[in-house]
Amino acid sequence: MEILGLLSDGLLLALQPINVGMILIGVTIGLFIGAMPGLGSVNGVAILLPITFLVPPESAIIFLAAIYYGAMYGGAISSITLGIPGASTAVATTFDGRPLALQGRASLALVTAALASFVGGTISVILFTLFAPLLASVALSFGPPEIFALMLLAFATFVGLGGDDIPKTVLSICLGLVLASVGFDEISGEPRLVFFDISGFLHGINFLVLAIGVYGIGEMMWTIDTTRGKITTTESRMTLRGAIADAGEFLRRAWRGTAIGSSLGFFVGILPAAGATPGSLMSYGVAKMLARDGNEYGKGHPDGVAAPEAANNSASTGSMLPMLTLGIPGSPTTAILLGGMVIWGLTPGPRLFTDQPEFVWGLIGSFYISNFFALVINLSFIPLFIWMLRMPFTILAPMIFVLSIVGGSAATKDMHDVWLIVIFGLAAFFLRKFDYPLAPAVLAIVLGPIAEPTLRQSLLLSSGDPMIFLNRPIAGPITVIAIILIFMPLLKMVRNRMRQQSEKTA
Amino acid sequence: MTMLSSFVTKTLGAAAVAFAAMSGSASAWEPTKPIDFVIMAGAGGGADQIARFIQSVAEKKGLTSRPLVPNNKGGGSGAEALIHLKGASDPDHTILVTLNSYFTTPLRQKGLGIDVKTFTPVAMMGVDPFVLWVHKDSGITTFEDWVEKVKADNGEYVMGGTGSGQEDSLVITFMEQNFGLDIKYIPYKGGGAVAKDLAGQQIMASVNNPAEAKGFYEAGDVVPLIAFSDERLAAYPDVRTVKEIGKDFSYYNQRAVVGAPGQSAEAAEYYQKLFETIYNTEEWQEYMTSESLSPLWMAPEDQTAYWQLQIDNHVELLAKMEE
Amino acid sequence: MRRGEIVTAFILAALSIYMMWKSTELDIGYATGVGPGGGSWPFWLSAVMLICTGCIAYNWARRSSPPSQSDEPVLDAEGLRMLIQVGGGIIGFVGLTSIISIYGAMALFLFYYVRILGRHSLALSLAITLLTPTIFFFFFEGLMRITLPKGLSFTDPFFNVLYDLIY
Repeated sequence: MEILGLLSDGLLLALQPINVGMILIGVTIGLFIGAMPGLGSVNGVAILLPITFLVPPESAIIFLAAIYYGAMYGGAISSITLGIPGASTAVATTFDGRPLALQGRASLALVTAALASFVGGTISVILFTLFAPLLASVALSFGPPEIFALMLLAFATFVGLGGDDIPKTVLSICLGLVLASVGFDEISGEPRLVFFDISGFLHGINFLVLAIGVYGIGEMMWTIDTTRGKITTTESRMTLRGAIADAGEFLRRAWRGTAIGSSLGFFVGILPAAGATPGSLMSYGVAKMLARDGNEYGKGHPDGVAAPEAANNSASTGSMLPMLTLGIPGSPTTAILLGGMVIWGLTPGPRLFTDQPEFVWGLIGSFYISNFFALVINLSFIPLFIWMLRMPFTILAPMIFVLSIVGGSAATKDMHDVWLIVIFGLAAFFLRKFDYPLAPAVLAIVLGPIAEPTLRQSLLLSSGDPMIFLNRPIAGPITVIAIILIFMPLLKMVRNRMRQQSEKTA
Repeated sequence: MTMLSSFVTKTLGAAAVAFAAMSGSASAWEPTKPIDFVIMAGAGGGADQIARFIQSVAEKKGLTSRPLVPNNKGGGSGAEALIHLKGASDPDHTILVTLNSYFTTPLRQKGLGIDVKTFTPVAMMGVDPFVLWVHKDSGITTFEDWVEKVKADNGEYVMGGTGSGQEDSLVITFMEQNFGLDIKYIPYKGGGAVAKDLAGQQIMASVNNPAEAKGFYEAGDVVPLIAFSDERLAAYPDVRTVKEIGKDFSYYNQRAVVGAPGQSAEAAEYYQKLFETIYNTEEWQEYMTSESLSPLWMAPEDQTAYWQLQIDNHVELLAKMEE
Repeated sequence: MRRGEIVTAFILAALSIYMMWKSTELDIGYATGVGPGGGSWPFWLSAVMLICTGCIAYNWARRSSPPSQSDEPVLDAEGLRMLIQVGGGIIGFVGLTSIISIYGAMALFLFYYVRILGRHSLALSLAITLLTPTIFFFFFEGLMRITLPKGLSFTDPFFNVLYDLIY
């Protein structure tokens, strides 16, 4: 009951006019930054950090947290309307969000994303409020073997996401993983795979470079080619009645994905090395696996939008937890928030909850309020985004290309990476023609940089003995589940193929 | 708010110009475009946090007429940043926040063809000491007990760090060679991850900057055993230095700002003044105290001499590591 | 399509071999006591890629994948024109960025696409061409404090005036 008292104090603080103002501005800025491909919450928070010196620390962190929140909502917007994941956390949202938009149901996708984000955010804040200190210790017990096991599970959950052509899917995954290892090997401290000794490869290949190339350029050119440029995307309009109908459909068809995303996202989000991206990918995979109509995923299933969106909002609240309780950032954005707290003279860490209760509870209170306003603001901007979709394709397409190049340039600040975007885009255009699935490569380049170091750190810990993944209490069960999941669909596929083969010969 | 801050910036900038004119200073150089504020480390790490702190102080006080735009180039242990500076198209608007990889990376990757002595000295903002930490559940409270424990484990004692050839690994190599230890070393992406895995007992000990381990220390999770500084650290008065136990060794991570090679003397003077102002702000002084940074202010010409000293030191340390 | 499929597989195989070769700059083995070396991860994954291209070639020979059964050309005349017009436009956009700044290149690209490829009215084309870079400039450089490529130094005087406006 003590928690309720503290929470109500926090809510009162968050409801002060200055803080509500901060939330409104922050959420709106975040929404637009998140909707911009190439810009994510990191940019918003980093850039607006210095401005927050003008207000008290409580208001400052509330402002920055509101940007963070808004950006998580906004990420879905470019995934759905443009088909480009604006941030790694919104990759999975494109899988079903884009097909829905192409079917003229962009409003359903956007409403679903907003509502799922709201539910995910709210559930995670409640979990946060109740169990913060307890969960912090869970996060600490995840060392390299546990994180690697979790990555294995993430891979397992999306084995089924590729196309029907097994060699092409495997090739795509491997390509993503190899590209992820370009740059620098942190274990041996040596430069690695610096192609043609071009120094631009030293910093590795940013996930966004591949994602913008594949989705922003390759996929767009493929669309222009296959439709002969005569695409009239959608006739969808946004009306109040339509929105209510969409909300109804969300309740009927997306509750399962929302529930899975909200819970899974939170638990993956609190682990410092993992964060919101694996959380949203795993939620999508798990939702698909558990669904009876799993084969509808990828063709425009509301659950497929709800699961990753609920998860990434849930995880972003979750990733605040190790930052506040342990002083460890779970994501680049929380790293910058952490820096901000140091500047305001606060020490994040185990004693923050006892030393600065009004700050912590004010922030937690603001999560509830931010969530509510983010939903309202997001819903009210949906007509604007739908209007964008109705632009003639010969205007929309060049705008998307410009957004891709500018977004890539802003995110990497290096012309080398902009050229890579173009090269990946052209390559993706041709690979798409020959039925190579590219989503697995994009997912692999996100997870590779977490998976490889943790694998090798674990093997160093165990002196090269791979049993370390099986004989630790947390890593063991996760690894076993992951291995079973990886081999199940493969076995099923092989069996089906053999059956087909015998039918053919018979 | 942007408008407000830009108004403040303009006013103060104008005041600064007026002041410079009144004092008859020859320096009239002012940046005409945003300053490329390169950071030799990825986003979120210790070096990044310091750089962003410096940037926010400049912003808060409106010290520059054009903003410092942080630009993380941590690739290849900072090689990327050094290459970027070497090839800077506009050296007058390009400055770099460094750490010790400023010395070690050109030594370890000779192919880069970087000679840091061609860079322009700007400011030494302070040095970050290193401390040896263990988890409290290990029951170890003195450095001597720790040495015993590591010896007893016979090669199975696990420490984490930020990678071979990085700052902490040089300190660990020093301990191995001077106290006859054999340590199993696990590289991590950053000092924060090392401190977290020490608190979670994934590793048994670490050599971290105080800033990285402070939260866990205050919560009582980790215990400092010995400091690799010249004098005892104010925040940890009971922790002995390695000099007190008879080894002439100290090791710090430098937090310095340098200009691109070929920067004009006027621009260099502008940045030297700018960072001197930042150094003397209450904010920076408080930051150094709270994060246990040691002050080491140096005039630009002394910095060049200091670089040579550090290069010589690191040649020796790296050679020892190869052994 | 049939020829394209095997050519693509060969290019990917060559890429895999290049990446395998490049990985051998680091240790690709599994050292006892320390686990895999720095080159193992990319080396063995590239090796798997090479095997996959072999499987793709095998499927091609058996004509089991859809592209290997198709006799359609990879790009018909109109597809090729689209590739040259759009792909070429993007390459030109990025190439010009290093010379006349991203804003100038963006304006030219938009005008080229909207007016010449899209055949929209001159007024609309000019409006898009001029408004987009302006909005982007104030959003990125002013609000977000992100500097984008300014091209060669001859653009400096122009941007210096704009900087005076926003800072």
